[in-house]
Amino acid sequence: MADTKEVKKVLFGPVFANNPIALQVLGVCSALAVTSKMDKALVMCIALTAVCAFSNLFISIIRNHIPSSVRIIVQMTIIASLVIVVDSILKAYAYTLAKELSVFVGLIITNCIVMGRAEAYAMKSPPMMSFLDGIGNGLGYSVVLMTVAFIRELFGSGTVFGIEVLKLASEGGWYQPMGLLLMPPSAFFIIGLFIWVLRAYRPEQVEAKD
Amino acid sequence: MSSSNETITKTLTVVISLCLVCAVIVSSAAVMLKPAQKINKAADMQRNILLAAGLLSEGENAAAKFKEVVDVKLLDLNTGKFATDRKAADFDYRAAPRDKEISIALDAKDDIVKIKRRSNIAPVYLAKDNGKLSSVILPVYGAGLWGPMYGFIAIDPDATTVKGIKFYEHKETPGLGAEIENPKWVASWVGKKLFNDKGEIAITVQKGGVTANDPQKMYKVDGLSGATLTSNGVQFIFTFWLGEQGFGPFLQSVRNGELTHG
Repeated sequence: MADTKEVKKVLFGPVFANNPIALQVLGVCSALAVTSKMDKALVMCIALTAVCAFSNLFISIIRNHIPSSVRIIVQMTIIASLVIVVDSILKAYAYTLAKELSVFVGLIITNCIVMGRAEAYAMKSPPMMSFLDGIGNGLGYSVVLMTVAFIRELFGSGTVFGIEVLKLASEGGWYQPMGLLLMPPSAFFIIGLFIWVLRAYRPEQVEAKD
Repeated sequence: MSSSNETITKTLTVVISLCLVCAVIVSSAAVMLKPAQKINKAADMQRNILLAAGLLSEGENAAAKFKEVVDVKLLDLNTGKFATDRKAADFDYRAAPRDKEISIALDAKDDIVKIKRRSNIAPVYLAKDNGKLSSVILPVYGAGLWGPMYGFIAIDPDATTVKGIKFYEHKETPGLGAEIENPKWVASWVGKKLFNDKGEIAITVQKGGVTANDPQKMYKVDGLSGATLTSNGVQFIFTFWLGEQGFGPFLQSVRNGELTHG
């Protein structure tokens, strides 16, 4: 078992220092699609974190037996099974949200973060560390998603987690919502700004000039 | 990684056992969670029915409210009379058109909603408000642009005035056809008349919008801009399900006071 420092690095490293979305720019597709409402984004984050952690765990357990010629398909099978399980759990216990998330839960299968971590980390690391790495990357994804969702929901529909914060003009208030923020492209701008801010604080993340 | 992993036998063993394990996990999850999912689906359906009739206020428990105010009856569409030989709770309306004994094939010229077969039995929902019958809710469906659209029409006991509509399942384009769920458009249906004085189907989804001084405007609803085919689909759904092949005979008897006098 690795020491605490290593654990910390694996678990919290991906949140800011090595964020899968902001630094590696992976898994952006779902970040665009499910961030118009915070509750939707939260469920998506939990689902992705669970899938990422458990796929890493299982892949790491059998890593020494996976023939390298079929390793991608083996990873895919494990990830796909987990996604189906998560999808059925959501349909059973969070039906309305599951209905709104619809295809995006299924699309976790193709989320590059999950595949990327399985291939880059779980294939060569012990199970416990891989599990933590999955949770860490899930957290990194969640930080970006929740930030984007917070901005989009607050300024796009004047609410936070569905609770009214800014009273909308259409309901007799003063706030004129920004329609653009309800559209998927707005997440691009926000993620762009997020990356900019992050790299302004951590210049080491800026890529070297070609 | 040892090189023994790369033999064909090892590869096949790993792949096959992995598939078996995953298959067992996925199918047991599916089987174990099925009851909970079924309850959710049923509750969702009840919510949609109440929403169509405008009987559900924010934060109210749909299942409890449904039990309290809604009465489910099965209807024989050919006669327009209630069918008493089946239990409404066990009846699967979605599966019924596949059962040749209780459904009929539709002629291509009648089948404007493109459903091919129609069940002879259909559920209707009678909703009470303060103990009095307030709406009759009919399940309807038919082809949209990309796939079938499922919805409910809530009608006043006069069998003519729309109390509300709700499309709850469809595959229409977000922002265009999917505007059939837009609350503003849904609200524009409330109070419209489905039939004219002679009892003919008069409701029209008007392409280009209804003008304010149109004398027929109580029969007309704005079409959805940019979604002509979806609007047509909605029109066909109303024309078909209010007609002879649909709930027409039943609504005729409701107009004659069937439900209010015993």
